[in-house]
Amino acid sequence: MEKTKYKNLVTKHSPKEDVFYNAVIAFITGGIMGIIGQGLIDFYSYYLTIPTKEATVCMLVTLIFMSCLLTSLGFFDKWVNFAKCGLIIPITGFAHATMSAALEYRKEGLVTGIGANMLKLSGAVIIFGVVSAWTFSLIRLLVGVI
Amino acid sequence: MLYFNAFLFAGFVCMLGQIILDKTKLTPGHITVIFVVVGAFLDVFDIYDKLVLWAGGGALVPITSFGHMLTHGAIMGYNELGFMGLFVGAFDLTSAGICAAIICAFFMSLIFKPRD
Repeated sequence: MEKTKYKNLVTKHSPKEDVFYNAVIAFITGGIMGIIGQGLIDFYSYYLTIPTKEATVCMLVTLIFMSCLLTSLGFFDKWVNFAKCGLIIPITGFAHATMSAALEYRKEGLVTGIGANMLKLSGAVIIFGVVSAWTFSLIRLLVGVI
Repeated sequence: MLYFNAFLFAGFVCMLGQIILDKTKLTPGHITVIFVVVGAFLDVFDIYDKLVLWAGGGALVPITSFGHMLTHGAIMGYNELGFMGLFVGAFDLTSAGICAAIICAFFMSLIFKPRD
């Protein structure tokens, strides 16, 4: 009896609609990030007359700088808690992981703290990115040769 | 129109990540790694280049573009330098992002104190 009651309570309060809600929030915030990215590219290429390719780099650097700054000021953690993947999947998540690891381990010293632990969370992205990119491009070239 | 496509594509990628995060027990780290690998894979046959043309900044902002740029750099390096180009070119396009993240994080962690 108690168990069924408990189960009913659990099903009542748990996450069916939460998945949907989170997905919508992530969709909207991620979409806004995309619009900001495109807007920054247009801004740099129209007003500062930078070629589109360099404007892309400038856009990424701007986003990374902003998210590092906001993380160290303390806003970004709350936003990530709210938007979750909407801010983790864009490049801001990479910068956020690097920045928060650096802040966290700072008290252990420059070399053993920041130096050793800065890429603790985001190092996985770099390593798997390089490994997969290298393998895939090798495969593509082998396919092209054959 | 480009802005609408950017919104749609970036939002779709983030939504996909959120659904995977909620439905499975993977951590955000796993999900970013999955998306980087997917981005690297999509560049093998130039699919991602078409996505960038279609969605503009919307395709460049998500972490998939990181994998895309790594593969793109490696293939460009091969075309210029041969086999060694696979090693030389991999970081060609992404170095800006990685350097910016490391430098910003280093200097800001010297300036700011951690919150909470």
